[in-house]
Amino acid sequence: MPDATGLELLAQELRDQIAQDAVRDTLHFRGKGTIVIDPARVRAVLAHLRGKGYTFLASVHGVDYYPEEPRLGVHYELLDMQEVDRLTVKLRVPIDSPEVESVTPDWPTAELQEREIYDMFGVVFTGHPDLRRLLMPEDYEGHPQRRDFPVGGEPVLFTYNDARGTDYTQ
Amino acid sequence: MSGAVSQSVRDAQEIEFETPGQQIASRDPEQELLTINFGPHHPATHGVLRLLTTLEGEIVRDTKPIIGYVHTGIEKTAEDKSYWKAIPVVERMDYLAYYFNAYAFCGAVETLLELEIPKRAQYLRVIHLELCRINSHLLWLLTSALDLGAISMFWYGYRDRDNLLDLFEMSSGARMHTRYIQVGGVIEDIPPGWAKKCRAWVADMRDRLGQYRALLDRNEIFLRRLRHIGAVPADRLLELGVTGPLLRAAGVPWDLRKAAPYCSYDDFDFKVPIGTEGDNYDRYACRMAEIEESCNIIEQALDGLPEGRHITDDRKVALPPRHELATSMEALIHHFKLVTEGFRVPPGEVYFPIEGPRGEYGCFVRSDGSSKPARVHMRDPSFVNLQAFPDMVRDTYIADFIATLAMLDPILGGIDR
Repeated sequence: MPDATGLELLAQELRDQIAQDAVRDTLHFRGKGTIVIDPARVRAVLAHLRGKGYTFLASVHGVDYYPEEPRLGVHYELLDMQEVDRLTVKLRVPIDSPEVESVTPDWPTAELQEREIYDMFGVVFTGHPDLRRLLMPEDYEGHPQRRDFPVGGEPVLFTYNDARGTDYTQ
Repeated sequence: MSGAVSQSVRDAQEIEFETPGQQIASRDPEQELLTINFGPHHPATHGVLRLLTTLEGEIVRDTKPIIGYVHTGIEKTAEDKSYWKAIPVVERMDYLAYYFNAYAFCGAVETLLELEIPKRAQYLRVIHLELCRINSHLLWLLTSALDLGAISMFWYGYRDRDNLLDLFEMSSGARMHTRYIQVGGVIEDIPPGWAKKCRAWVADMRDRLGQYRALLDRNEIFLRRLRHIGAVPADRLLELGVTGPLLRAAGVPWDLRKAAPYCSYDDFDFKVPIGTEGDNYDRYACRMAEIEESCNIIEQALDGLPEGRHITDDRKVALPPRHELATSMEALIHHFKLVTEGFRVPPGEVYFPIEGPRGEYGCFVRSDGSSKPARVHMRDPSFVNLQAFPDMVRDTYIADFIATLAMLDPILGGIDR
């Protein structure tokens, strides 16, 4: 795990090599480093970190920070298999323009995981080869993992209602 | 009659040869590609997995997995429950690796709480995790052998698994989804006589493993169906995020139990089996060797099982012992608070990865300081490993398709969550 000093050095290196505003924040929490980045720089940052040994993208997941703004977050869990070292890269995008550049062209493992985040949170990954809903039906409306989406918000259609003409879809 | 013919001709012209995003068949009559739908209710898909497959004669040219048929919104449901009530729903994600799901979730919460886990609880966890790994590998072995036509393996495997579930029932009261692993430790100490029964089962399992190897390892049909089929280079597997036995079969000795030991795994002496070629046979052989290594770990853990508490004595997190409720006012208050509201967890975000039977189970938990998680996400290895499947089956025979899918070992409960 990079210690707090190592994390700052890494963040400074990213600032120098990519752009001064590429890194927004660093966080060392429970023995693990996190770099919060500018969403527009995600591919450049991940490509640079790959060069630093973080060659394995273990997981990509979405978070909804409701009611904070910018609301939607995407996390990239990087792993250095040689040094057995993990690093989290986080970014936040506002809910009215939730666009992040897709990292699938560089990291093929992100393909299904970005589709899942698109499906569940509505984050649009530009440049993704096949951005469609993954787990929910194709014609589904809404993004169920958002915090303002109610649990149990899904009505169930029974044949009884269908036969009696009380089907909610009509 | 002629009306029916022209109807079918018109239908044929309207067939969509393209799926959104990716063309998998062509209209060119010279190419003779045939797109078929495999699943979702095919018994060999090990669940409800749909594979849109393009064939050229007997050769698979491409396949596209379509998932979501058993999506039940477990991650969403977990957000609506207090931490200790979320354990049973999280367990139901990958339904063959329930101890791993529960441990990944509890481990993440324990990291947020900065909780110290008693040594005995860690050992009890290891014993049950490894039993669960054998359980998962056994079910993989018997269903895979069934897919390849070895039906007797199916009956023998279920016999052993049934005895194993008896052990789970004895220690926790349930055969599947046991809710044995708790935040802070395990729910109960093992009952008297359990260790003896467990040792007997492990000894039996070693014996049986030899029998299964005798049954399969020199079986000409079995070997011909597995050898030199479905190999993908290790660097491609790493790009695709593949972990677990599939990656180790390709020769990468990556096992989180060795690389980043958690839960006292560094106390035990075990090997990480790896393959050389990365074909279906190596995947089979790796898992078989892992069963044996798991047996070794269980025996060492039973030998070295330390005395002490089975769960942390932090009353803010773990329930007080039953007998204290009658005598201690504080115990009663703690019990009441835990059962009604649950415990509160300091705000933060944690990703806790462990090595499961199919690879890296990583649980991401975000806490906002309340008694319910603000986000639970499981990085399920079946979900990520599935992306490597088109690479494995491309340009192989349709007959090998089933064998490769069996050796991939996907669990749809984990993929769809």
